[in-house]
Amino acid sequence: MLLINCPFCGPRNHTEFDYGSDASVLRPADDAPESEWFAYVYLRSNPKGAHTEYWQHALGCRSWIKVKRDTLTHDIAGVSLANALAQREQQ
Amino acid sequence: MKYSFLSLARNAFSHHRGWMPAWDSPVPKRHYDVIIVGGGGHGLATAYYLAKLHGVKNIAVVEKGWIGGGNTGRNTTLIRSNYLLDTNARFYDWSLKLWETMSQELNYNVMFSQRGVLNLAHTDAQQDAYIRRGNAMRINGIDAEWLDHKQVEEMVPLLDSSERPRYPVIGGLLQKRGGVARHDAVAWGYARAANALGVDILQNCECIAIKQESGKVRGIETNQGFIGAGQVGIAVAGHTSQLARMAGFTLPIESHLLQAFVSEPVKPIINTVVTYGAGHFYMSQSDKGELVMGGDLDFYNSYAQRGNMPVLEHATACAMQMFPFISRLRMMRHWGGIMDMTMDGSPIISKTPLQNFYIDGGWCYGGFKATPASGWVFAHTIAHDEPHELNRGFNMDRFEHGRTIDEKGSGPIPNAQ
Repeated sequence: MLLINCPFCGPRNHTEFDYGSDASVLRPADDAPESEWFAYVYLRSNPKGAHTEYWQHALGCRSWIKVKRDTLTHDIAGVSLANALAQREQQ
Repeated sequence: MKYSFLSLARNAFSHHRGWMPAWDSPVPKRHYDVIIVGGGGHGLATAYYLAKLHGVKNIAVVEKGWIGGGNTGRNTTLIRSNYLLDTNARFYDWSLKLWETMSQELNYNVMFSQRGVLNLAHTDAQQDAYIRRGNAMRINGIDAEWLDHKQVEEMVPLLDSSERPRYPVIGGLLQKRGGVARHDAVAWGYARAANALGVDILQNCECIAIKQESGKVRGIETNQGFIGAGQVGIAVAGHTSQLARMAGFTLPIESHLLQAFVSEPVKPIINTVVTYGAGHFYMSQSDKGELVMGGDLDFYNSYAQRGNMPVLEHATACAMQMFPFISRLRMMRHWGGIMDMTMDGSPIISKTPLQNFYIDGGWCYGGFKATPASGWVFAHTIAHDEPHELNRGFNMDRFEHGRTIDEKGSGPIPNAQ
């Protein structure tokens, strides 16, 4: 069981959350070339190690969060809000 | 040594001390014509067919662990070809045909048992979908039978087919030719047969880099040093993305965990494979009497080859809906394997942007049943530098060109199969 530290609700079992997707994949501009859209829809770096990903606290506060997790050890290095403001602060 | 009744009798007289190892453990040569990375069922089958059907002499299979220690030994041994789409149906049925003669072909008993695979339906919509699938299968020359409620009851008498469960059973789609096989024996059988044809099987030899020169593969770097190769094929199950990265390209694949469970052994209670239609769960009974069960993915990326409790809870809840009387059985084993999930749920058996480098992966959670055909078409692809008619559709650029093989009809998600 993963223990995810929700910024609003505190540490909760991962069964309360829904997995979203790979958070390193960024949506290209509407007029971006087809190759960028192809990469966005299909290609994944699929790392064995650190992975940033979206989860939603579906059975809790319903907020979307961004989790940094190791795909081999399941260690969670950090949790932040997934909204645009939080993302901008991280970059 | 050919295994036969005579060899068994002869070895019985010498107290079974005369058996030889089924394959050798040679020192790597400096160069091979073809190197297959991954010593699971698919890799070994590829090497076997390359040597047997395409006359390639100088082949090595490199395996980072031991033969049968990866996904070949971590699945639930189901074999079926009940696919809707033509590309899948033809490929998997060719695989099923190879299964039917595999024990004779390899002179190794893989204990293939065609006990049937029964997919239960619980709603009218599901019934329509299954009947449609059955019709599509029959058009492709594959056996399929729709069983109504009474026929399901007769076939699986211990199934709870009453009105009591939340999702009562209304019927099921049966493929009689489907079944199970002894998974370790498949790897061992192919390893032994390939070795007899001169294939070098290099265990504990991990590929750590792919060496290339002007767009062409030159060999692989391993923990036992550099090994040169004319051609390199990879069949590495959950680690396809990692090997592709070494070769310099990215794939439409995510690695996910799939778990399986085995109960304590009991007397025969179920003589077929039954899949639950109202949740993701299936069950069969092994020859030793254990109930073999599988369920859903964890749904988040993982390379951790170990199980966890939430999926076990979900799977056993489904089991209880189907067979309430097993409630007091104890679970004996529980394990996990890493699946390389493609974005359309279908495999990739293909040439790649790197010349003389080929991939056989993206098996999602359906790789075991494909073992013989996967090796058969991959060997053809490597030997001719050109896909076989059966795997032309499984090329890696299908995503880019909008020709995905989306059996589930769910769009680009890495958890369909």
